[in-house]
Amino acid sequence: MKKLSGAEMVVQSLRDQGVKYVFGYPGGAVLDIYDAIHTLAGIDHILVRHEQAAVHMADGYARATGEVGCVLVTSGPGATNAITGIATAYMDSVPLVIFSGQVMSNLIGSDAFQECDMVGISRPVVKHSFLVKRAEDIPAVIKKAFYIASTGRPGPVVIDIPKDVVNPNHKYPYHYPEDIALRSYNPTVHGHKGQIKKALKALLVAKKPVLFVGGGAITANCHEQLKQFAKRLHLPVTSSLMGLGAYPGTDEQFLGMLGMHGTFEANTAMHHSDLILGIGVRFDDRTTNNLAKYCPHAKVIHIDIDPASISKNVPAAIPIVGSADSVLDEFLALLEDENLVRSQADLSDWWKQIEEWRARKCLKFDRHSQVIKPQQVIETVYRLTQGRAYVASDVGQHQMFTALHYPFAQPRRWINSGGLGTMGFGLPAALGVKLAYPQETVVCVTGDGSIQMNIQELSTAQQYGIPVVIISLNNRFLGMVKQWQDLIYSGRHSQSYMDSLPDFVKLTQAYGHVGIQIDTPDELEEKLAQAFAQKDKLVFVDVRVDETEHVYPMQIRGGAMNEMILTKPESA
Amino acid sequence: MRRILSVLLENESGALSRVVGLFSQRAFNIESLTVAPTDDPTLSRMTIEAYGDEQVLEQIEKQLHKLVDVFKVMNLSDCDHVEREVMLVKVKAQGTSRDELKRLTEIFRGQIVDVSQKSYTIQLVGTKDKLDAFVATVKEESPIIEIVRSGLISLSRGEKNCL
Repeated sequence: MKKLSGAEMVVQSLRDQGVKYVFGYPGGAVLDIYDAIHTLAGIDHILVRHEQAAVHMADGYARATGEVGCVLVTSGPGATNAITGIATAYMDSVPLVIFSGQVMSNLIGSDAFQECDMVGISRPVVKHSFLVKRAEDIPAVIKKAFYIASTGRPGPVVIDIPKDVVNPNHKYPYHYPEDIALRSYNPTVHGHKGQIKKALKALLVAKKPVLFVGGGAITANCHEQLKQFAKRLHLPVTSSLMGLGAYPGTDEQFLGMLGMHGTFEANTAMHHSDLILGIGVRFDDRTTNNLAKYCPHAKVIHIDIDPASISKNVPAAIPIVGSADSVLDEFLALLEDENLVRSQADLSDWWKQIEEWRARKCLKFDRHSQVIKPQQVIETVYRLTQGRAYVASDVGQHQMFTALHYPFAQPRRWINSGGLGTMGFGLPAALGVKLAYPQETVVCVTGDGSIQMNIQELSTAQQYGIPVVIISLNNRFLGMVKQWQDLIYSGRHSQSYMDSLPDFVKLTQAYGHVGIQIDTPDELEEKLAQAFAQKDKLVFVDVRVDETEHVYPMQIRGGAMNEMILTKPESA
Repeated sequence: MRRILSVLLENESGALSRVVGLFSQRAFNIESLTVAPTDDPTLSRMTIEAYGDEQVLEQIEKQLHKLVDVFKVMNLSDCDHVEREVMLVKVKAQGTSRDELKRLTEIFRGQIVDVSQKSYTIQLVGTKDKLDAFVATVKEESPIIEIVRSGLISLSRGEKNCL
């Protein structure tokens, strides 16, 4: 058995785990690990410019590939900087393993230089965490961390390692475990057969069913089964922000996204439905509006791998704990029974009703405007990328415009911070995606507010030559804040105007990339095409869009699902 | 609604803080919490007394179970169970009340575990109600100096175990 130091064990374990990329930033407490990365090789390390971006990059990589993203940061500020990234991944159930350095064991608790209780400070935003006390434990802890991060409902796992544990002078026998068993952690994968049958029977007699999919359907990689199932029963399908792409957005049975900025047809269908089949959703406040008025006629069937998500916000009549793919397989197997299918209620009246709602064309916008409409930018991006790009988004109006106007036909193409709503997520996430899929077109849709929260990563993109296309919908405002101020605060724009914006074209050029500015609608198509034609350079497209535009539909606060405004009211 | 949960968790550093953190993080109300290792040194048993409506209590149970360190969660309110709590009461004991306090302690089947010229420390084991009743009775007789209560511990009745 070979003997390795703690630092070498970290690197060797990652190699044995099959990790390709580590995103990180060195510092005192992790120098021994960085030295082992250098001497052992075999791991590509991406040096970021801020630890938060390292986590978002690993996060983007993980969301696009389904693999576990890996991060390495130092103690103290390295660890605290990573927290926002970890919380982002936690809210959206993204599998990550984050290594943080820690001061020497004998200094823990003494307020030493760059000391921070990482296990404590990260506790509310991790799935689990470890403080490694002995070098010999490193391989098993890493194995456990990857297992916990990637199974059940995925999430980030922190491994905090004191500096003395990775001392290069002390070597121990190294063995990377093949399997791991944890007596206290056994996620349920297969749903209860009785419940599954009961759910299917209820679904078949429903006259106004809606299939509501969320991020869990993407995690479970069940898009094939989902499509088959929805097609077989001709079910209307809607999705949360996180579920976009689980069911093809281009399909006629898809009603668009639901929720606060959901489509008229999706929200109205939910309100009037008699049965909601929720798959991998958590009924969070942005998807339900006022719970007291939520879908008054609907019976809820809820499939989720996390039992704590079921009946947390909306009581489920038929709960099914299990992985979405496994449960859908069971559904499809049951549908082989023809008698069962023949009992299905006629949905033609329901569809007729839905088509009437759809005919309202709630996403229409002024196509003859003299200033560029943000919706138009997204539509053009959609056309130029044939709807096949990986799109990482920041947070705000541009995020909603993209969710509504870029119908994703495939899962894992829409990369955004849905749960925590982290501005600054988009650019680093896009870089992570591009590293995973260098041949694919990767777009970062952002705004003049969000992009500045992690703009320093343009430098990382330069160092490693990561050519993503950044589309910044620049409206000189914090658009979503402004929209709320227009609607709720009588147009008092308190601190939402971005005075003194940099010249983004020059800024991009200063980092060694290509910058393009677009001012008028007539140059939109051509200049965007130029941007996408650049295959080996990062392009920053600064698009000057209409500052007065709002995202609609928008649900009325405290109302039911079907209570929404479709256009800007006179008062705004 | 009141609920007693018996939780077996890995006896590892950080496990307790995860459970305690859960209650503050999710704004759950907790009345008492006790924890100590069991006969199996790798497991600790925690008894939690919590209040809330049915939905909140169900969430507490699920969220506890979701913690990677938690091996088992059992709702003892659902079955026959024994509840106990230990209390130490330091009370002023002078003049005639010394005899009366001794008598009260016997009636409640407590023990005087420390004596000074001016005070008794009385140990009492029982259900929460019994301890409350004792405190109320003692107060009428003599001023209480200080009190410590262990928090509730509980086990199911009968030969079955929680595992």
